[in-house]
Amino acid sequence: MFDDFFTRALIAGIGVAIVAGPLGCFIVWRKLAYYGDTISHASLLGVALAILLNSNTTLFVFIIATIIALSLLLLQARANVSADSLLGILAHSSLALGLISLSFITWIRVDIMSFLFGDILAVSVPDLLIIYVGGSIVLGITVIIWRPLFAGTVDMELAKAEGVNIRLYDFVFMLLVAGVVAISIKVVGLLLITALLIIPAVTARRFSSGPEQMAIIASLVGVLAVISGLFSSLEWDTPSGPSIVLSAFCLFLISILPIWGLKAYYYRLNSKLNG
Amino acid sequence: MQINKNLLVDLTNVGVQRGKRWLVRGVDLKIDLGEILTLIGPNGSGKSTTAKLVLGIINPSEGQVQRNTTTGIGYVPQTVKIDWTLPLNVRRFMRLTNSINLNQIHAALDLAGVMHLENEQIRNLSGGEFQRVLLARAISAKPKLIVLDEPMQGVDFNGEIAIYELIKDIRDELSAGILLISHNLHIVMASTDKVICLNGHVCCSGTPKVVASSKEYKELFGVRAVKELAIYEHSHDHTHLPDGSVEQQKET
Repeated sequence: MFDDFFTRALIAGIGVAIVAGPLGCFIVWRKLAYYGDTISHASLLGVALAILLNSNTTLFVFIIATIIALSLLLLQARANVSADSLLGILAHSSLALGLISLSFITWIRVDIMSFLFGDILAVSVPDLLIIYVGGSIVLGITVIIWRPLFAGTVDMELAKAEGVNIRLYDFVFMLLVAGVVAISIKVVGLLLITALLIIPAVTARRFSSGPEQMAIIASLVGVLAVISGLFSSLEWDTPSGPSIVLSAFCLFLISILPIWGLKAYYYRLNSKLNG
Repeated sequence: MQINKNLLVDLTNVGVQRGKRWLVRGVDLKIDLGEILTLIGPNGSGKSTTAKLVLGIINPSEGQVQRNTTTGIGYVPQTVKIDWTLPLNVRRFMRLTNSINLNQIHAALDLAGVMHLENEQIRNLSGGEFQRVLLARAISAKPKLIVLDEPMQGVDFNGEIAIYELIKDIRDELSAGILLISHNLHIVMASTDKVICLNGHVCCSGTPKVVASSKEYKELFGVRAVKELAIYEHSHDHTHLPDGSVEQQKET
């Protein structure tokens, strides 16, 4: 069943969407959209390094993303620059550094576009393995640290006062974001990863009455966006990564439609589920 | 030295410095099991900072903080902002840091008188309702130390008295040590064992009876208009300069 490139693309996309759902919720709750952008922009440097050293892309993207996340923590503690500006500086400096590093690689023809916007139709069986093994690890850790991570998200000081090791969980969360960026780069590309994290999460918000519910719905919305995006890409011959993001956006638009009957229905459904 | 088993927190000459400014300095404070200690002071007097020292959220720049951390801590912060993007109902909020069961949740909500709000979204609660839910959450795992940072915000006068009654009940029920932060001394009086007046440092402390029967107290609370500010002027051995530093008054 993995012989067909389209099947592989679907399986890869669904895997990434499932992992992106819960992490995307945390990025939305913690207002870290720009942080996600920074990590993914910086990952181009990882791509360049992997090609230079003839090594695994996912691994190097993960390493670079982790280094960027750590230096962000250090700089935030030292410098008197706001986190917002700091992210902007790091995001674009590392993107520029990545592009320049890639320009030195003259012996292989590197298709930059495939890293910027993804190349899901070129997903191989080993790629699938990386996505599913890596994704399971990321998702598994997310489930394990869910309660303390969520407590720290609602109120950092309250969680800390009641014994949650905030620093540890924040650090693990950064590693998880680095992980999801590393496995998504092939699917939607580094410029669109944040979209796959954020749009399904925000879309899920309207239909959720609890955080766990929102995480699951976000995964489902992501899966729906991948399936409809890939099929429309096949139908109209559009680039796959952007098609997935655009489908997610359409789902978001549908979710904010003022269909009051629908809203009341969901409200009833939610109160039934909770009580 | 004998170790006091009932001692929950012991702050010795503690200070917190941010930049060149001392938020609080020279604070001595002890909280025992079954004791309600009230911190009063004006805005910016370091009440919340002191509470965060007690909770271990921040570390002191000088002095010693000893905490008995094995007992479990319940905390009602001054503000908790729940963003729209966060769907969260009261029941899930109760389980934020503890995996308590439904019976414990119901018991705590019942004690705080907000059983009927169990399935409500946190965002839809009124200020007073949210304060009671915060209180219920803080006591749900039966901690031995409870820190309440202005738990009467957004609560009307009758509600305020009810919450103080509730805090007393909680103390009796859990035999917990409670640190209560307030800027409203005259309501707190009836339900507290010890009062510390804070204004960057400890201005005065004692049992509410001692404070209430003192000449300063009558001066403070007899005249309504001056009560809020005058509270902190009652020990006349020093004055507060505009930059926040303290000048000892010279003997005449």
